[in-house]
Amino acid sequence: MDVERETYRPQPDFGTPEVRGAATVTLTIDGREVSVAPGTTVMRAAAVSGGSIPKLCATDSVKQFGSCRLCLVEIDGMRGTPASCTTLVADGMKVHTQTKRLEKLRRGVMELYISDHPLDCLTCSANNDCELQDQAAAVGLRDVRYGYEGENHLAQPMDISNPYFDFDPSKCIVCSRCVRACDEVQGTLALTIESRGFGSKVSAGLASDSFLSSECVSCGACVQACPTATLQEKSVKEIGKPERATVTTCAYCGVGCTFRAETRGEEVVRMVPWKDGKANRGHSCVKGRFAWGYAQHQERVLSPMIRSSIDEPWQEVSWDEAIARTASELKRISAKYGRNALGGITSSRCTNEETFLVQKLVRAGFGTNNVDTCARVCHSPTGYGLKTTFGTSAGTQDFDSVEDSDVILVIGANPTDGHPVFASRMKRRLRQGAKLIVIDPRRTDLVRSPHISADYHLPLRPGTNVAVLTALAHVIVTEGLADEAFVRERCDWEEYRHWADFVSLERNSPEFLEPVTGVPAADLRGAARLFAKGGNGAIYYGLGVTEHSQGSSTVMAIANLAMATGNIGRRGVGVNPLRGQNNVQGACDMGSFPHELSGYRHVSDAAARALFEAEWGARIDPEPGLRINNMLDAATDGLFKAIYIQGEDILQSDPDTKHVAAGLAAMECVIVQDLFLNETANYAHVFLPGSTFLEKNGTFTNAERRIQPVRKVMEPKNGYEDWQITQLLAQAMGLDWAYTHPREIMDEIARLTPTFAGVSFARLDAEGSLQWPVNEAAPDGSPIMHIDGFVRGKGKFVVTDYVPTDERTGPRFPLLLTTGRILSQYNVGAQTRRTANVVWHPEDLLEIHPTDAENRGIKSGDWVRLASRSGETTLRATVTDRVAPGVVYTTFHHPVTQANVITTDYSDWATNCPEYKVTAVQITPSNGPTDWQEEYEAQATRSRRIKGPNSSEERGAMEPAE
Amino acid sequence: MSAHTVEKLVYMANQIARNVTHEPDPVAMIADHIHAFWSARMKADVFAVLDGPAGAALEPTARAALDRLAAHAC
Ligand code: SF4
Ligand code: SF4
Ligand code: SF4
Ligand code: FES
Repeated sequence: MDVERETYRPQPDFGTPEVRGAATVTLTIDGREVSVAPGTTVMRAAAVSGGSIPKLCATDSVKQFGSCRLCLVEIDGMRGTPASCTTLVADGMKVHTQTKRLEKLRRGVMELYISDHPLDCLTCSANNDCELQDQAAAVGLRDVRYGYEGENHLAQPMDISNPYFDFDPSKCIVCSRCVRACDEVQGTLALTIESRGFGSKVSAGLASDSFLSSECVSCGACVQACPTATLQEKSVKEIGKPERATVTTCAYCGVGCTFRAETRGEEVVRMVPWKDGKANRGHSCVKGRFAWGYAQHQERVLSPMIRSSIDEPWQEVSWDEAIARTASELKRISAKYGRNALGGITSSRCTNEETFLVQKLVRAGFGTNNVDTCARVCHSPTGYGLKTTFGTSAGTQDFDSVEDSDVILVIGANPTDGHPVFASRMKRRLRQGAKLIVIDPRRTDLVRSPHISADYHLPLRPGTNVAVLTALAHVIVTEGLADEAFVRERCDWEEYRHWADFVSLERNSPEFLEPVTGVPAADLRGAARLFAKGGNGAIYYGLGVTEHSQGSSTVMAIANLAMATGNIGRRGVGVNPLRGQNNVQGACDMGSFPHELSGYRHVSDAAARALFEAEWGARIDPEPGLRINNMLDAATDGLFKAIYIQGEDILQSDPDTKHVAAGLAAMECVIVQDLFLNETANYAHVFLPGSTFLEKNGTFTNAERRIQPVRKVMEPKNGYEDWQITQLLAQAMGLDWAYTHPREIMDEIARLTPTFAGVSFARLDAEGSLQWPVNEAAPDGSPIMHIDGFVRGKGKFVVTDYVPTDERTGPRFPLLLTTGRILSQYNVGAQTRRTANVVWHPEDLLEIHPTDAENRGIKSGDWVRLASRSGETTLRATVTDRVAPGVVYTTFHHPVTQANVITTDYSDWATNCPEYKVTAVQITPSNGPTDWQEEYEAQATRSRRIKGPNSSEERGAMEPAE
Repeated sequence: MSAHTVEKLVYMANQIARNVTHEPDPVAMIADHIHAFWSARMKADVFAVLDGPAGAALEPTARAALDRLAAHAC
């Protein structure tokens, strides 16, 4: 399969979905013999064998419907002309797809369609990329007998409300592919076919609804399914038909959808989900599908800049000058304050290769282990918890596994917003009848959505995850529901007994804990029984688990539950962290933590160190380095002076903004490498412009440990790919790096990392993706882990005692704030805020329960002051019973909200992952921004001034609207 | 280093201690954890205050673990 830049042609369409199973049915189609799995349609069998039957209403992303009658065939021994898309294969069947009789019938059908379709093909934006046109040609339609005078749909107005695609009903042939795509692929059920017969038309919900005002989440599935130009990307109209297609990986979330970047010249026309992508299987969400325009945004910085103090305006300089200055500053600081005054931050948004190089530069070049990554603030407890219990810092399943789950337990995750494409697959399984348990303080969309209703929603008080999980374990153990046979065989029995005795204590019963967790004991018991006895049980979790003072304990409690019920080591079960950013898994794998080399080997491990020292020709410190928060503490103490930050905005994403600002302000050299002047750059002395995922080669690793290629579709506008910038810096610091392509970096990673031993770019090109471990024991990778035994040997049960957070409500701060994210925006929003996605989320809103709102005289839309021990901010309220009384909720996608001014510096006991999900707050009516917001804004504006290279003229702030 | 930083280190050690009370050997567990995850300077900073008022705020198991590590360190 050659997936490197190929000439554009549409992806093959087999007409109906693939059926899993062995190819045991053999039939003949137009004289060609073909074997397929039972249950396959004649249409698909024909396509598989290289033929092609005309079709309009069938496409392989949705179930066959049989409405257009274009796909008729003749079958020996069968009367009439059955539709091939609804006829299943049978052994020995003889099918004829091209006969005179069929030709005539098909032409008749086609004529009817075309007579109600504008014949402006030559000027249509879909010209030469339209199935209707192709099929008309395929059936040999030359003229139309019905004329266009009669009643038709040609004058209907277009719906252009969606920022990314248009709906032109005059071109619609009412094949309902869009409706079925929205139902089956996306699961939103936003579209319907209104009325019947000739008057029928596609509609986004109510008659008055446009796409934008409807339930539509802009995933693009309908656009992809549409055979005509009725639903089409605006960008195709603007730019024209693509010429080339390159398969690459989405740079937004941890689902890791693969796309075909379809380009014309150096311009991206559209991103279309790749059908062969194993993570997304041809589906996408609004971010990856449409929100890639930030690469061209006017605020993107393309020249390096320096300044000697953050009060000065930026000065644009050449790359040579910027790199030379950075290297000399780093050397000066190292000489003056010692090597441990230096450090670096790797990014989960950058590739594996880039991340690997940053930590290599820090360890081998700076000579310190002070390297950390933003995964610290999201999934570090996953690494700790799963390594302790199972032996591997990663999830156990591939995404396909959910197709075999019977009970799905979702805790602290909001997949429909955070991991939309996986959520669609999960919802499909739920519509097929799998049971659902949701543990979340908020009534997330998953709890109740079209054709889905959670069997149990346990709306716990924020901060009581461990108590709820222990109570579930209490029910399972005391009611004899545990899978002791599994435990005896696979886990340490003594440790299990110790744990089982602990969870059985009366103080861990649901009844005893109800006042603490707020979860009705009867519901909790019901959920426990369902999970233990409902068949294959799979647990999916997100940041609502990790970002707590007991984040690591919660991950271990989840692992305990999976082991106790025997739900590990096969399809349909497992423990599945849903990763936030695209390459969180990869950043962790690549040795971004201060105590670990790539592949999770501790720096005190002399054998591992020796391997790296030999390869790198440098000594590696056997002592762990500083974590981000400790670097900042050391900076305020005057001991930490320089930091190299690649692709991260720690000022906006890390807790307790004021503390982060103070730490950064105390440093002598802050180097930020990013696309935009982000918030952290307000405290930077060197700005190195970065490249987007469309401008570089490399790999990302998604939440299922799947390593997937990122391919360059255009030259970096800033001049260099990010790994090249790190290499320039390393060379200027005297290191002899000479990589010419990221594939050489991957080769080095494979040499040094046992779980990556079998990974190479050549294999990734040939196989599309690989799931680590890929090595001698698992030459083809590992979709599912711990099949015959745990990586650590015996599974380890760890007692997880509920220890309440020190963040408590009281008279001054009586409410609990928890934070999350929404579909259209991504993380701190640096990219999505610079796309049309802002139409769905122009600002962060505070959700508050009607009772709490009424007590405070607050209505939806009012400005409110949100205050905690750490600070205060203002934003607008929305009154909703999605949150329980006593709980408020907001997102943190917009810097002006400064939600992290509110969050405290409490963190996970084992990993210091910040406790974003619980902050005691007070809400009061307000009439505008706080002093801090205004001061911050003024500082940001001042700090973003730029002087041109040859002029003294200053340009204004780069982000005026913020 | 500042009082604030020391206070934080003591808090971290106590937090670990409170989360491993049910381990068969909590002191060993705390010592292993700090050994594996704290930088050399963080360890040195907290060793330096063991006998002062900051050290008095340590949970007994955390104190025992740090004593054990400090003894190994010198
Ligand atoms: S874009 Fe997605 S959600 Fe919107 S109508 Fe189309 S399929 Fe449905
Ligand atoms: S909009 Fe496209 S997919 Fe939907 S019914 Fe019309 S032609 Fe078919
Ligand atoms: S689900 Fe995630 S990986 Fe897939 S398109 Fe959306 S943001 Fe990209
Ligand atoms: S493609 Fe088979 S009936 Fe339309």
